[in-house]
Amino acid sequence: MAILRRLARRDLPEIPFRLNGVACTGRSGDTVLTAILTQTDRLRLSDFSQTPRAGFCQMGACQDCWVLAADGRRLRACSTPLEPGMDLFTAMEPTS
Amino acid sequence: MRKPLRPLIVGAGPAGIRAAEALADAGIRPILVDEASLGGGQIYRQRLVPDERTPQDLYGSEARKATALHATLSRLADRIDYLPQALVWNIRRDVADVAVGGRTRPIRFSHLILATGATDRVLPLPGWTMPGVFTLGGAQISLKSQGCSIGERAVFLGSGPLLYLVAWQYMKAGARIAAVLDTAPLAAKFHLLRGLPLQPGIVLRGFRYAAELMARGVQVRFGVEPVRIEGGSRVTGLVWRERGRERHVACDAVGYGLALRSETQLADLAGCRFVFDERDRAWRPDHDKAGRSGTPGIYLAGDGARIAGADAAELAGERAALALLEDAGFPVDGAHVDRLERRLAAIHRFRTILERAFPFPRDWADRLADNVVLCRCEEVSVGQVRAAAQDLGVTELNRLKALTRVGMGRCQGRMCGSAAAEILASASGGSPEAVGRLRAQAPIKPLPLDIVSEGEAA
Repeated sequence: MAILRRLARRDLPEIPFRLNGVACTGRSGDTVLTAILTQTDRLRLSDFSQTPRAGFCQMGACQDCWVLAADGRRLRACSTPLEPGMDLFTAMEPTS
Repeated sequence: MRKPLRPLIVGAGPAGIRAAEALADAGIRPILVDEASLGGGQIYRQRLVPDERTPQDLYGSEARKATALHATLSRLADRIDYLPQALVWNIRRDVADVAVGGRTRPIRFSHLILATGATDRVLPLPGWTMPGVFTLGGAQISLKSQGCSIGERAVFLGSGPLLYLVAWQYMKAGARIAAVLDTAPLAAKFHLLRGLPLQPGIVLRGFRYAAELMARGVQVRFGVEPVRIEGGSRVTGLVWRERGRERHVACDAVGYGLALRSETQLADLAGCRFVFDERDRAWRPDHDKAGRSGTPGIYLAGDGARIAGADAAELAGERAALALLEDAGFPVDGAHVDRLERRLAAIHRFRTILERAFPFPRDWADRLADNVVLCRCEEVSVGQVRAAAQDLGVTELNRLKALTRVGMGRCQGRMCGSAAAEILASASGGSPEAVGRLRAQAPIKPLPLDIVSEGEAA
């Protein structure tokens, strides 16, 4: 179940991206955090207890929303604009 | 010939933009560096692309101020060097290290104005790391900048004017609200009556937000002691105690915060002297009423200097820029400076009253069980901090960090620092002042290891 619910911006152009290998769409103007959390309920697992995390401050301070891109880059989801074709992973390492 | 001034301003919120404007008006070309894609700061944050909502929808009563600030930044475009999506991650004497994209470059400055803003001050509670729990500021950004609500039925919890503002904004946007839980007793709100003559607009708006929430049937509770957020992989409810009785509400998201805390890492790296501020219950960089730090050439403005809100930030940003100009030998309109300082002083008198109306819940940290996670990054528990104080005799925050890793993670103590200070103070028999403050470390936020360095400052 999604964490975020869209109340506005529902008619903006769709932006295609991939989440854990599955084709998804976000909206123009989405952050990576919004694009993912309107689909599902987590961004990553915590480093020690492996419990799910889904961001917290949304202003680049808490560092709790890092997600992995297929090319190995780590993105801070709340401050990264969604771009078409992004290939993103939550809570798992990319398989080589 | 005098060497041209090259001031660097960090932060393009209300303080930073007004500082840039005042310098540009004096014929100086400042560099304005900001982490966000678009100016405005968190309070007047802009959408990444336009949508169907009006400025009134986004900023409510502050729409005029928000659009004026954005317009000022646009107007300044060819008179300042504006670097958005850029992180100042270190200050070394007269050089700032600035990361943009995958590159970092040193920028030499003649003067530095730090307008670094604030984040929500939070304390932990059981369940606070669960998906669906956000800060109040985070909940507001979701709505304002992204047009999304956190969950479908959120609880808003904590203290401070933002509690009612965010809840009201959610209601206006059509979201369902499970409850508004204020940690302060209702009686504390009578202090606002003393604030009425000072800032009637703000006080009356606050009352209106609360009244409209109640009129729509939202339960608003006072004197709340949070017990736990319930759920497993995500939030399902919240339990609190009120006059000795436990109460429960079903919800799928929580937005909470206890006023704000200043972002002070760069002031620390710049060598500013710090003082303990009783009102903010935190250490902050010292400055005079014009924004001069104790270090020549370094100025502080806005919530990063001391929590006082957006209106004060605009005034303080301009005042700091005028102080810089005065110090550099430029003529400055003394009557205008006096007006700015008088208005700032009035806002600070009002903030003192606001702190009484929304007091920090001093017993929150003491009530926490030992097994509650205190540090989100390193997952250190409240009990580990208490044990460090009681068994190892730790009385100071940096020693605590070395022994327990509290504040050593990716956020560098932004989220756990206030709580660590409260819990260590309580467990060691000290005070938040006595346990000190976490020293800042460069880089102040994570940088990729493959970042390309572009040589030394010219």
